Amino acid sequence: METVIVPGRRRSTFRSVWAHRELFYFFAWRDFKIRYKQTAIGAGWAIFQPILLMVVFTLFFNKVAGISSPSGHYPIFAFTGLLFWNLFGSAMQVASNSLVGNQAVVTKVYFPRLIAPLSATFVALIDFACAGLVYIALMIYYQVTPGLMGVALIIPMLAITWLAAAGLGTWLAAVNVKYRDVRQILPFFIQALMFVTPVIYALSFVPERFREFVYINPMAGVITAMRAELIHQGTVAWSGVAISAAVAAILFALGLLYFERTESRIADII
Amino acid sequence: MTPQIEVRNLSKAYTIQHDVASYGVLRDQLSSLLRHPLRTARGRTHETEEIWALHDLSFDLEQGEVLGLIGRNGSGKSTVLKILSRIVTPTAGRAVLRGKVASLLEVGTGFHAELSGRENIYLNGAILGLSRRDIASRFDQIVDFSEVEKFLDTPVKFYSSGMYVRLAFAVAAHLEPDVLIVDEVLSVGDAAFQRKSLGKMSEVAGEGRTVLFVSHSADSVLALCTRGIHLSEGRMVAEGTAFEALESYRKELDAVEEATVERPRGPTRGARITHIHVENESGETPRLHQSREPLVFVLDAQVEPEYQHTPLNVAFGVETETGMRVLTAQSSWTDTDVSAPDGMVTVRCELPNPPLVSGRYFVSAWFGTMHDLLHSALHAVAFEIAPADVDAFLHPPRDSSHGPVDVDFVFHVGADRRREVGPASARGPYGVGEYRP
Repeated sequence: METVIVPGRRRSTFRSVWAHRELFYFFAWRDFKIRYKQTAIGAGWAIFQPILLMVVFTLFFNKVAGISSPSGHYPIFAFTGLLFWNLFGSAMQVASNSLVGNQAVVTKVYFPRLIAPLSATFVALIDFACAGLVYIALMIYYQVTPGLMGVALIIPMLAITWLAAAGLGTWLAAVNVKYRDVRQILPFFIQALMFVTPVIYALSFVPERFREFVYINPMAGVITAMRAELIHQGTVAWSGVAISAAVAAILFALGLLYFERTESRIADII
Repeated sequence: MTPQIEVRNLSKAYTIQHDVASYGVLRDQLSSLLRHPLRTARGRTHETEEIWALHDLSFDLEQGEVLGLIGRNGSGKSTVLKILSRIVTPTAGRAVLRGKVASLLEVGTGFHAELSGRENIYLNGAILGLSRRDIASRFDQIVDFSEVEKFLDTPVKFYSSGMYVRLAFAVAAHLEPDVLIVDEVLSVGDAAFQRKSLGKMSEVAGEGRTVLFVSHSADSVLALCTRGIHLSEGRMVAEGTAFEALESYRKELDAVEEATVERPRGPTRGARITHIHVENESGETPRLHQSREPLVFVLDAQVEPEYQHTPLNVAFGVETETGMRVLTAQSSWTDTDVSAPDGMVTVRCELPNPPLVSGRYFVSAWFGTMHDLLHSALHAVAFEIAPADVDAFLHPPRDSSHGPVDVDFVFHVGADRRREVGPASARGPYGVGEYRP
């Protein structure tokens, strides 16, 4: 084994990430372990947060503002959106804080830096799984039989969500090293993005001529497809979902590309 | 035989931005872009300055050799370790390391306070490059070495600092690499544990591993290292046996006695410390100072117009020869207003009765505003405290090996605490209640 150190760019190649896969696992495991330490109800928060949001949304948007679902019950409609939106938002957020949050390790030990943002997203997947249990309970309560096509689509839709969140999160993690503004603006940005994504309202709410453009937002494709196929609410344009998937893949590629370009300077400026 | 470590012309430059903090705030860059639209948007203006932390370092290290890197703070030692550990990239040059490399720039890197001792062993092991299987097979040895078996499932935030360090070092001591890169980690923990760590380190060295070791401590360099390199201001000034390198280092420290700071060390912005010296109460600069007699640190600085009407802050720090900070005196901790309306300022800091034992001490000074450091002069001057005047036949001499402070103490013999031996106000080198024949 020979380590050669030369000036210039150093990149997390997939081979080096693979060689450090155990660290990938340990970072994810640590984040999961400490996520709900010293809270009274522990992982219960992963379940309560989306339930509370669902209740609030149902009260305000459905009952007060009069936004309704295309067909069927609004709570389960809103929850479908929240389930995937929370995965996207929290994966992006934890990834973007991953380098700054691991500053002590980043400045003292070498590892392919890409591991930090990518492994951070796994905590969001665990939360997604917990909230998924609530989702199943809701389906039973509202007597919704999930469509087979919808069940088959869960994994591909998760993949689109993850690619988009990990791509943006990786990019933001690198930017955050230099500009701590990211941490300040991101929660606001995620909130604002949620309102232009059909999370609390249906895609049919959007005027016909804009609908195609909405699919440029990967989460629009994911949420609309899941609602149509899993709980039979509304319809989905598959060409739109294809656009969403393509955008997610592009975001992922661009995020990684930017990260690689700045990687060798991270420990100098963090 | 090919050497295990080959270092060729290794250099590292840091770019220091004078106005913008090392992580810029987007707003600053945007507003400077608006004010100076003709400058490049990248913010590379004349306000940046290149600092060469390391310049043209070359050496070879054969398998089984233990190299000690010595030098003052800011000499580039840590930069060498950071480059060879692949944490930062060099600006120029090349290095090749053959075999499995483990680097230990800190004990307990990545330890998480909320996790238990057991969990932290696994996490820290993974961060240092051990696989889960490696950790599992060494787990019992690690626990044995750390002596914290009873608290393995307790979160480490409830550990005493000694337990924490022992556990952290135990993981590090079981890395079993071909090349080990270590930064001053032995200076932690209590004396007994330090001896044990030192023992473990020499065991590691004895097993034919190649070790690169950075230290301030002359004792541990002599005890462990077969070779030494002395660095000063990023350049290698001596290479040879550990003893030769230490001699060269001592010479550099002696030269420090020269009281004027000719070349400012480190970046300066807005102000410059031009002179520092140590005098006694009557303004003389004797060769030897007496313990508990007034010491005065005097500093002259030049201040640029932009800081001439800002409240300033001056700090002095005193360190022992082995690099341990003994005390810090800072003007902002007192009610002293420091300012330099005409661009020059002289600050005197008097220690009325510093309780220091005999030995050499180094004075560092920092000069800045209340928020920002403008200039520092590390280890700028040295002074010496005279040996205590005691009868060496009757008493073992008291020196820095007994600790750097010389405080009063009183012994009581027997259960009755009023039965003092000697008057409480008397003071000798052994404190109150000394035995006087």
